Amino acid sequence: MSLRVAPAPSSILDQDWSKVLRWGLICGGALIAICLVGMPVEMDRRILVERYLSLGYLSVLCIPVLVGWVASTQVVLEGVEARKQGLFDLVTGFVVGAIGGGCLALLMVALDSWNLRDPLVNWSPKLLRFLTYENGMGFGAVAWIVTGAALGLAGASFRVMPRVVRRFTTFVLFGLISLSILESVIDDLSEGFRLEWLDDFMYAKKGGLTLTSVIVIGAVIGVLSLVADGRMKAATERYRNLEGVERQKTSIVLFVVVAVLCIVLPMFLGKIVNELLANVGLFLLLALGLNIVVGLAGLLDLGYVAFFAVGGYTTAVLTSPNSPWFAPELHFGFALIFVVIFATITGLVIGAPVIRMRGDYLAIVTLGFGEIIRLLFMSDWLGPYFGGAQGVTNIPGVDLGFATVKGTDPRSVFYLVLFFCAIAIYVSWRLQASRLGRAWMAIREDEQVAEAMGINTVSSKLMAFVVGAVLASFSGAVLAAKVGSVFPTSFMILVSIIILVVVIVGGMGNIAGVMVGSFVLIGVLGGPKQPGLLQEFQNFKLLIYGLLLVFMMLKRPEGLVPSARRSRELHQEEFLQDAWLQDDKLDSDDEVSVSDGGGEEQ
Amino acid sequence: MSLLEIRDLKVTFGGLDALSGLNFHVDEGEIVSVIGPNGAGKTTFFNAISGLVPPTEGEIEFEGESIVGLDPSIVTSLGIARTFQNVRLFPNMTVLENVMVAQHCRTTQLLVGALLQTKAFKKEEREIRERAEEVLGFFGHRLIGYRMDQPAFALSYANRRRLEIARAMATQPRMLLLDEPVAGMNPIETIELTEMIGRLRTEWGFTIVVIEHDMKVVRDVSDRVVVLDHGVPIAQGSYDEVSTDPDVIEAYLGRPVEAAS
Amino acid sequence: MAVDRFLTFIRVFLVTMIVIGVLAFIWQQIDPDNVFARWRNPNARGLTGDQFKGLLISGLSQGSMYGLIALGYSMVYGVLGFINFAHGEVFMVGAMTGFIASDKFQANGMWEENFLLCLLLIVVMAIFFSTFTAVVMERVAYRPLRNSPRLIPLITSIGVSFFVQNLVLGLFGPSSKSYPRLPEWLAKQRSILTFEIAGTRLMVLVVAAVSMAVLWYVVERTKTGRAMRAVAEDKEIASLMGIDVNRTIVTTFAVGGAMAGVGGILWGLMFRSVTHMTGFLPGVKAFTSAVVGGIGNMGGAMAGGISLGSAESIAPMLILEPLGVPGVSQLKDAVAFTVLVLVLLFKPAGLFGERLSSEDRA
Repeated sequence: MSLRVAPAPSSILDQDWSKVLRWGLICGGALIAICLVGMPVEMDRRILVERYLSLGYLSVLCIPVLVGWVASTQVVLEGVEARKQGLFDLVTGFVVGAIGGGCLALLMVALDSWNLRDPLVNWSPKLLRFLTYENGMGFGAVAWIVTGAALGLAGASFRVMPRVVRRFTTFVLFGLISLSILESVIDDLSEGFRLEWLDDFMYAKKGGLTLTSVIVIGAVIGVLSLVADGRMKAATERYRNLEGVERQKTSIVLFVVVAVLCIVLPMFLGKIVNELLANVGLFLLLALGLNIVVGLAGLLDLGYVAFFAVGGYTTAVLTSPNSPWFAPELHFGFALIFVVIFATITGLVIGAPVIRMRGDYLAIVTLGFGEIIRLLFMSDWLGPYFGGAQGVTNIPGVDLGFATVKGTDPRSVFYLVLFFCAIAIYVSWRLQASRLGRAWMAIREDEQVAEAMGINTVSSKLMAFVVGAVLASFSGAVLAAKVGSVFPTSFMILVSIIILVVVIVGGMGNIAGVMVGSFVLIGVLGGPKQPGLLQEFQNFKLLIYGLLLVFMMLKRPEGLVPSARRSRELHQEEFLQDAWLQDDKLDSDDEVSVSDGGGEEQ
Repeated sequence: MSLLEIRDLKVTFGGLDALSGLNFHVDEGEIVSVIGPNGAGKTTFFNAISGLVPPTEGEIEFEGESIVGLDPSIVTSLGIARTFQNVRLFPNMTVLENVMVAQHCRTTQLLVGALLQTKAFKKEEREIRERAEEVLGFFGHRLIGYRMDQPAFALSYANRRRLEIARAMATQPRMLLLDEPVAGMNPIETIELTEMIGRLRTEWGFTIVVIEHDMKVVRDVSDRVVVLDHGVPIAQGSYDEVSTDPDVIEAYLGRPVEAAS
Repeated sequence: MAVDRFLTFIRVFLVTMIVIGVLAFIWQQIDPDNVFARWRNPNARGLTGDQFKGLLISGLSQGSMYGLIALGYSMVYGVLGFINFAHGEVFMVGAMTGFIASDKFQANGMWEENFLLCLLLIVVMAIFFSTFTAVVMERVAYRPLRNSPRLIPLITSIGVSFFVQNLVLGLFGPSSKSYPRLPEWLAKQRSILTFEIAGTRLMVLVVAAVSMAVLWYVVERTKTGRAMRAVAEDKEIASLMGIDVNRTIVTTFAVGGAMAGVGGILWGLMFRSVTHMTGFLPGVKAFTSAVVGGIGNMGGAMAGGISLGSAESIAPMLILEPLGVPGVSQLKDAVAFTVLVLVLLFKPAGLFGERLSSEDRA
């Protein structure tokens, strides 16, 4: 098969202008939307680099870079050699960015001329000041067009750069941004390890990285990325190719390292960060449970929060002296037994009706159940038992004999959550490689055939529901003990959906993926009510979650950390093509022992 | 007593009788072929037996007990396994996993065993794996070795058909229903599979009902042949009897054109 | 099987509860202080004929709005085979547009002077923006996933729903937006056939009916409508027949969006308050209506809407209160969800039967 080369454009002005215009307008639209939603002004408070860059400006500046990068994507047809990207694409990025910047300039003019504050809440002088950077209108307009163009060019340049430069830049950017996000964590750690000098060097008083540290650390990261270039890849390849006992040993080592980190680090972290970790842990527990239901068994349960609520309320009623109707004031441990019992019952009651429905109906019905349960807990009818809208308060902490776990000591809460997470991880791991896990996989693949192969789909699916329910209820129980009270508003559908986003973004069906998803999403952006490391995102995190979900589904449905199986599943065609191109172990029927000159079949 | 006994089976789909008045029996150890033109109701016949489609009327008895109205998973656990005409493997599960999961109804370990890694659980997992390899080994070197860990969608067509049969074998049935097992295979593969069907009976002791279009296979494999047309049995007997039956010829080829008067 | 026995038990239990509730209600009407009533709920006074009629009317008008939204769910499911979770947000966008426009009109006095013109304008604008939202959704989020396993577009639509909700929140703020009042001559109470009906509700019923009629005409009588039905039946064959499947799908989204936009305006005028979350509950209830009527079936969607609206309105008073459940109006939403669960459990094809292609039906 002959390879053709994609036609090279005749000159840098031979652009696909409609495409450029389209992307430019998309860039502009995104910029205007971000401004009007209030992100830049709100996030201006957070300084990333002392005196030079705030999170607000970053949120605006990154758009033309991203759009420039996307707009200069070359669509490479199969079997055609890609054309070398160069000045042509830089011009694409430049123009796209310029158009985007132009839109922003228009917004500035509009802000100055009209008052649309009435519908658009963020149409304010503050926004105008932000955009003009405290200088005049003319300056601002020109500045944005120029900046936009430059950033678009920068985004496109990622396509053009030699690989080494690209690697260097990406690592430096990514590393610096991570460092500034993790500022509070590093603050705590350096205090804990008596390394305050490091902290002072890295971060300025008002927050954000110091300029010197940006340069120094940036250089270090860059150099490291170049030095470690081949090695990381070789190491991961080696890990991937490990089989059997070898792999088990390495996995155990990795696991022990992570476990030790999890246990030791919180001792050096301050209250706020530990609180954050505790929240991440609670959601991680929920996500691990949902991972079993959605990722392993393939049941899209949108009402998962119902089990969370059952766990919380059961604990509340059984342990709190303020429980309105029945207050046995049991110890948390005893209450936990009942939590498991009630979670199982709820799992069966909700599961039994939905088990036979098709996927999307199952999703909506479980959503319905989730809401019904919340409404019931909130109703006046059941108020005498569950406190209605006022909920149940005064839930005691967990008395473990040697220590008490209560909300005022987030570190203890984190350890308790860690304990349950460990259980959840163990359960997921063991079930995956078991008879039940295989049955779930089969049901996910083709339910009718699974039945025909002798699998009782009803009981298998119910088991998935029940296991998921129990894990969620554990999280609810810990939440109750931590916060000291439960209210119906803690258990809205929002929670189910956020957990779903975490599972999907992290990697469905994959424990490591779910962990990464929890840490990255809940840790950085925050949960439904709880702030994350970047508190400034509080008002915008739901927006980002929605966008992330759509983006992941479109571009990378297997998640950030895909399981090998899931990648294969979602990219079957590519897998086969790659194997064919590499002529690697692909099955063919040429192994038939031929005695009378038979044929070969592909 | 016959292993499988069917009386007056009728299956109706929205006004159309896919099967009617079907009487059929299979004795233990027999290989019976079911043939007929397309649309004759053969796959519906299999679907009715395995419980995927409920019969409108009639009796189906397996080992003397009625199996009408039972869930497909129960029918399988009672000892009837089937393959599908349009190969329906679990595409993203490996070859080995496909065959391991088919043993679900013959094994018992659930949650507790898996979580506590009890001796019983580990023993059962070992047995499942061994049995899977045994079944796969029936097909020679094709489905074992590195192939076992490949996802099912990566297999060649012929191997997929073989895996389909292996999966059915793994459910440890007494009776196998094979739906067009050689469809789409080349002549050499066909001959090989024909021979394998015979071995399924002699080495593994299965009673087999085969739906086929390839008459050479039918001739080489069957003890008895049943012909269906428009859901109704029109002939039964040995291959030679059936292949020369005028009604059968008419069903396949039509009546000769009446000479113009 | 244990599950089947459990389901039968639920069926029996619910029917029994409903029957007891209705009987208790009837007894209460006859003798307000009867033994059962005094035991279960001494505060209940039953319903007067007028109250009942009032509830029925409010149920019908609410239900017809659900029906308008349900059309979008039904059509998209019929054509693409998945639930467009974000359709509720399309409805909300229409309501928001109506608010912004009507607010401006009121500010400069046009609202009172030339109400009918304003009404027309806001309806047109709402339809425009809802349709725009729906079409953009399809183009950006759903078209690339045309061949994916069915759950993926569903999950994507959840993301889209979230995104639109929060985008509106970010742009317009969390406060509740209120529509201006309808002019007196429109809003006043009227008496029609012994029913006391507020002008607003009457308008809702009329507009909904007219929209349905227009839609019916488009779907049954025009070429576009025929194309839509063909694509819903079988996409592949339709394309072989020369129908531009992509364009038809876009049209389906657009029409569904337009209907939802009208529903949004009506909702705004009726309840006079809109927030970014306004789309969620009506969205789920509208989907329930679509299922109740038979998904893919447009007449069914409207019928389902009306049934659900009425049930939601009447059931709390009719069944729950006589059974002694306090605070029944809170449980109105629970009624809708319960209906959803019950219909999907016991009659998933809906009251009037599904109209789906065989591939979507599996």
